[in-house]
Amino acid sequence: MADEIKAHITGVVFQVTTKPGDRVAAGDPVIVLESMKMEIPVEAPRAGSVKEIRVREGQTVQEGETVAVLE
Amino acid sequence: MFRTVLVANRGEIARRIIRGCRARGVAAVAVYSEADRDAPHVADADRAVAIGPAPARESYLDIERIIAAARESGADAVHPGYGFLSENWRFAEACAQAGLTFIGPSPDAIRAMGDKTEARRRMAAAGVPIVPGSPEPVADAAAAQRFAANIGYPVILKAAAGGGGIGMAKVAREAELGGAWATATRRAQAAFGRAEVYVERYVERGRHVEVQVFGDAKGTVVHMHERECSIQRRHQKLVEESPAPNLLPAIKRGLTEAAVAGARAIGYVNAGTLEFLVDAQGFYFLEMNTRLQVEHPVTEQVTGIDLVVAQLDVAGGAPLPWSQEAIVQRGAAIEVRVYAEDPAKNFLPSPGTITRLALPRGEGLRVESGVVEGSVVSVHYDPLLFKLIATGDDRPQALARLVQALDACAVEGVKTTLPLLRTIAAHPEFRGGAVHTQMVEQGAFNG
Repeated sequence: MADEIKAHITGVVFQVTTKPGDRVAAGDPVIVLESMKMEIPVEAPRAGSVKEIRVREGQTVQEGETVAVLE
Repeated sequence: MFRTVLVANRGEIARRIIRGCRARGVAAVAVYSEADRDAPHVADADRAVAIGPAPARESYLDIERIIAAARESGADAVHPGYGFLSENWRFAEACAQAGLTFIGPSPDAIRAMGDKTEARRRMAAAGVPIVPGSPEPVADAAAAQRFAANIGYPVILKAAAGGGGIGMAKVAREAELGGAWATATRRAQAAFGRAEVYVERYVERGRHVEVQVFGDAKGTVVHMHERECSIQRRHQKLVEESPAPNLLPAIKRGLTEAAVAGARAIGYVNAGTLEFLVDAQGFYFLEMNTRLQVEHPVTEQVTGIDLVVAQLDVAGGAPLPWSQEAIVQRGAAIEVRVYAEDPAKNFLPSPGTITRLALPRGEGLRVESGVVEGSVVSVHYDPLLFKLIATGDDRPQALARLVQALDACAVEGVKTTLPLLRTIAAHPEFRGGAVHTQMVEQGAFNG
């Protein structure tokens, strides 16, 4: 089953730390956001493999926006 | 004295500096990014120059654009404020090369104190006590481990090019060192472009006490007493006050003497702050901030000195107008920082639009705000919204005024540190002046 990973905060994509096909464990950072001088990882809610990354570095994402899809 | 000062900053500090310029009859030029077109600091200034897109790297951190803005506006001096380019020696040098007076210390002093291990060496040579640790950045995790074993856990890893609490990692035991090493070096590289990290003993339940110093071109250095800044989260201050409560007179004397000796040893000119950790054994130099501090108002409130005006005067070539004996602490002042952060979610940033803003007024109360109702709090900048500074004839009166001011504050549209600050102001340990740097993290103010 595919799960959308949503940003829990508004920020700028600082780093995309995974790519499609990568295996992640629950709690692993999928991307890292930067907001107000802080680095904030967006973590995988469960173990799985990354199906899709929907953002690129430097892009602004809103809270609740899907940043990646897990399968 | 200059005719026109370019203020290379934004938010509350830009407004504060513009006010200082007014007080000296000097014109103030603001700079702004695309995100700050409608910001209050732009409206406050005599003129304003657009310097680029919202990301700080392309605007407030872009040396060339700021120098060009200064030239274009006919400014003859630049005030850097705090943060951004304020501790960038290349910026100070670029100002000098462009024929602009940098309102701050020399590029050499900024450079020496910006390298935190160099700063430790220079201060130790001047007889200032430093925290036990590695004299140089350590080469790798194994070398860090050897140092840590030598000085004893817990230790803290710090970026050599660091400051502002960025790139610090506490290590409680040897097993944590590898992971902390990786984090600290990565953050140091990302934030400062240099991955070098050094090791210091971690002082448990220490207090953060700092000393405001001021030097002039003739080599005179004075101190303006201490500030207590122990209430912090993520190594960033939330509450500051002067005088520091319950500070032994012998420690206070030691701190101020060490601060003056340290500043004198590096030929320091203009306003600066030496930060110290104080514990039961004594005090240790942490780092020097070669700029105006966020918390400078508490010093102004108790000494009656306008630090921004003094910065302008000294940068303009004037000698310090006061003798050390004439600089006296009177009463007590406490500052709190209201950040757009959610204390309930581990201080996660809370960007957004301020839909309602009620700022308090009253006797003994000073408000330094970078925002107004309708301001957009951007993801691109520091989350500081405003500061409240309560002053009284003594600490109880300052505290009472602070509690009233916090109760009268209202911010809607973004989450803020206000609820936490109210809890702190009511907390018996804080009210009793028994504070240390880990109180927030250890949950002393939870629930």
